[in-house]
Amino acid sequence: MNAVKGLVRLQVDGVAVEAPAGASVAAAIAQVTMRFGLRPDGGARAPLCGMGVCFECRVRIDGVDHQRACMTVVREGMRVEIATEPAHG
Amino acid sequence: MAEHFDVLVVGAGPAGLAAADAAASHGARVGLLDAQATLGGQVWRRDVRAEAPRVARHAFHAIDSRTNIARFTQTQIVAATDKELLVEQTEQARTLRYDKLVLACGARELLLPFPGWTLPGVFGAGGAQALVKQGWPIAGKRVVVAGSGPLLLAAAATLRKHGARVAAIYEQASAKQLAAFAGALWRWPQKATQAIALRATLAGVPYHAGAFVCAAQGDTQLRSVEVQIGKNMRRIECDHLAVGYGLVPNVELAQLLGCALDVGGRHPRIEVDEDQRTSIANVYAAGEVCGIGGRDTARIEGAIAGHVATGATQATQALQSARRKARRFSTLLETRFTLDPRIRELATDDTIVCRCEDVAWSSLRDFDDAGAAKLQTRCGMGACQGRVCGTALAELGRFARSGHRPPIFSARLATLADADFATASH
Repeated sequence: MNAVKGLVRLQVDGVAVEAPAGASVAAAIAQVTMRFGLRPDGGARAPLCGMGVCFECRVRIDGVDHQRACMTVVREGMRVEIATEPAHG
Repeated sequence: MAEHFDVLVVGAGPAGLAAADAAASHGARVGLLDAQATLGGQVWRRDVRAEAPRVARHAFHAIDSRTNIARFTQTQIVAATDKELLVEQTEQARTLRYDKLVLACGARELLLPFPGWTLPGVFGAGGAQALVKQGWPIAGKRVVVAGSGPLLLAAAATLRKHGARVAAIYEQASAKQLAAFAGALWRWPQKATQAIALRATLAGVPYHAGAFVCAAQGDTQLRSVEVQIGKNMRRIECDHLAVGYGLVPNVELAQLLGCALDVGGRHPRIEVDEDQRTSIANVYAAGEVCGIGGRDTARIEGAIAGHVATGATQATQALQSARRKARRFSTLLETRFTLDPRIRELATDDTIVCRCEDVAWSSLRDFDDAGAAKLQTRCGMGACQGRVCGTALAELGRFARSGHRPPIFSARLATLADADFATASH
């Protein structure tokens, strides 16, 4: 791997992002967009609690839905996808 | 396959770390669980750009140097009985059996609805601090910090350290309440020193008492907030709002296990005796879950719980008076940061209260029971399982949260289908 030391490379909706090792996926997404998904009313959804309680930052990570971006640490090669449809639960 | 532990500790913040260390010091086989990827809980959350405080490093080192502590990070509890926990990790579900259980689940922030609070860019105060410590890009961003309690200063200091432009701090408590708090702080010299250091870090940041954010505006994200300062209303442009009204104990697991809760206040806490025993014989609790008291209280109570769980009750004698003194700080927090009743009136008819299911304040008007509101409006039925709206509604004096059933956190179907855990569906 030729990654810069201490930086992790991942993709957010196909956009290449670099984040410090130990950073949360939420922090990586915030480099690209403040929209982490859609509210039931169609408005943008974004992190609120920052500590795994509110689930407002849930995204698809490496094919697994409903992962909390604030509780997940970035990994090299990770693929993050943001929902384009409002989802319950 | 189930693994067995003499003592299982839930939560790796100051209370849980102290409990695991104390229990392990008597030779017990200990398991230490946390939902986060690293030890430290909320208060000692890892900062990706800075070293942990010395006292936290010591606590981590104590755990690292013990060979009889198994660490389970990124581990979420899904269901529990008085003998075992069903937990979920990134790749798998597993069952952990125990003789003694220590609940050190900490606290979450009290987040209250107001017009515009669902806009991207609005965070909890501790929430903003947590996000920024884990790399959220904040440098150059204009941030308003608001709400109540000592956490506001700590959050503002972290944000500023990472390059945020902190526009102002708005504390809802009155100047009179704050003066009384500061006047009593000399009894806890460490806390007084911390407060002075934080104020020095925040030199030049305006601090207003008796002021609160009543609305947030923006298009696709937050652009400005409206602040009530005394009799005046002021609009302040900002990129982020960090707003929190204090902390609330995480009692869901205790509730599920059937531990007696003290429901005298607006938010339940776990009832414990002076040895940190709950009403369930082999379950102990320590720290914020027993009432908000801060990290010093948490460390002392965690140590007591760890000793008592291994039968080493004599080791707790010296800790008892320290605990009583530390707990008096909880009372001070409660009496000096009481909420201005106007903050409970901020939500308007169309303000969303349940963010998961988009339930507006007006649709909840006719309910006086969480269960009925849930059935008819879906309030509290979403991914957070009512942790945010249920707690807010309890604070607003509408109705208490309904009881908890497994899964305690949203879980994968494969986890729930785990055959090893026979009692998950009781």
